[in-house]
Amino acid sequence: MTTPSLEIKELAFAYPDGNQALFGVNLSINKGERVALLGPNGAGKTTLVMHMNGIHPTAQGSVRIAGELVDAKNKESLKRIRSKVGIVFQDPDDQLFMPTVGEDIAFGPYNMGKRGDELEALVNEALELVGMVEFKDRPPHHLSFGQRRRVAVATVLAMKPEILVLDEPSSNLDPASRRELADILRSLDITMVMVTHDLPYANELCERAVILNGGVIVADDSTRNILTNKALLAANRLELPVGFSIQ
Amino acid sequence: MSFLRSLPENRKRKIANTQVQTHHHGHDVGERLYLHRHSIVHETASYLKVIAAIAFILVAVSTPITNWQAFIGYFIWVLVVAAIAKIPFTLLFKRALIEIPFIFFAILMPFFGSGERFVAGPFNLYREGLIAGAGIVVKGTLGVLTAIILSTSTTAREILRGLERLRLPALMVQIASFMLRYINVVNDEMERMKVARDSRGFEATGLKHWRVLATAAGALFIRSYERGERVHLSMLSRGYEGVLPHDEVEKSKASSWIMVLMYPFVAVVILITTTLIGN
Repeated sequence: MTTPSLEIKELAFAYPDGNQALFGVNLSINKGERVALLGPNGAGKTTLVMHMNGIHPTAQGSVRIAGELVDAKNKESLKRIRSKVGIVFQDPDDQLFMPTVGEDIAFGPYNMGKRGDELEALVNEALELVGMVEFKDRPPHHLSFGQRRRVAVATVLAMKPEILVLDEPSSNLDPASRRELADILRSLDITMVMVTHDLPYANELCERAVILNGGVIVADDSTRNILTNKALLAANRLELPVGFSIQ
Repeated sequence: MSFLRSLPENRKRKIANTQVQTHHHGHDVGERLYLHRHSIVHETASYLKVIAAIAFILVAVSTPITNWQAFIGYFIWVLVVAAIAKIPFTLLFKRALIEIPFIFFAILMPFFGSGERFVAGPFNLYREGLIAGAGIVVKGTLGVLTAIILSTSTTAREILRGLERLRLPALMVQIASFMLRYINVVNDEMERMKVARDSRGFEATGLKHWRVLATAAGALFIRSYERGERVHLSMLSRGYEGVLPHDEVEKSKASSWIMVLMYPFVAVVILITTTLIGN
């Protein structure tokens, strides 16, 4: 078997104020898998994501990206890790901080040492993947919310990550933008972790789902099995939208 | 689109914008000063313009105010450059009003002071105060007009690039460019908070409502602060190590240098000529 893209073992974490968010998380995701990370508010989903690229230093347990240990103290390794883990944040305005779309997409690869034509090619390729080529020179402020979310995805795709982590990718999108984003995500050949409350979206895009609640993984199965298990969903404050059913 | 022709320029642009874009984000607070025209001043590299503006201001400031002929020359020259930059004079003067609070005390100077006095109409003025005050007003106005020509002919973004090229500390340039990027976001947020307040029947009429406004300002500050933290996280996630990408810069041609340095150079010529004539 090949090395998993993401391997988390016994990860525990408490905030400085004593509030413990994670109590021994175990999770392994293979290359090319698309996994939905489900869980109610405050389950520790964001905290877990912040461990995947060393924003939160690992206090206990271990996180490995494609075999490489995430170690917040090892600057060189951290740099490699951050280029391998592409996190798309929930609010695109947090992610798009450069004056134009093109410059923002160039930010990540630039930090990885790419320059000149190579950088330009990466930017154009990422823009093409999300269908935003004609917006390259526009300021992010002039785009619609859905367009900004797509550009946010492009900003991490330009870094050629091993694993793409999306925090609530469908939130605040109108139905058409939601579908367009789903098409884009489905077209990418990449390992994906999708943090979401949008269960139909998880069902549409991910073959596997895990539920995080109270700082531990309480379920890990095919998305279909999880979403048809009413008792499991109810125990974890998850609900399918009214009128929605999975055949 | 013929109906657009009868509208003033900025209004026209707004309509054109809303037609292209189906959504509304308000106008760009950060680029409000820039007036899009095609002129030789607009096309010059921004760092050259910054150098020229500073050099001109230095010449104007170091001219003694008693050499009043020189200042007439400077004003005419500034207006000529504004005309070359296709900046309407009305716009120029309207924007120059910004200096009023700053020169307020300079205007008061002839009334308070010591030394020799003289009577001008209904006023009993101090000569030294008058000279010093006039110096501040005249030199200040020249500086402001120069800054207006610069900011009207150059986008804020370009000015920042120019300052970066002139070796302004990278941290300052970064702070300013983030301000430029997020001022719109914060402005929209403020706008939404205002709408939410108004929707619940709030109307700021007087002193007693300042508490509400102050609370709102506090909330806005906290939100912006937290956004700053989130932005920083997202930057770290993409490998930020303290340096923002910047473009490879090309060297300006000697001809652009000569052209842009005409701005302070003509001022020097005016200064020398008037000094010689004065003697």
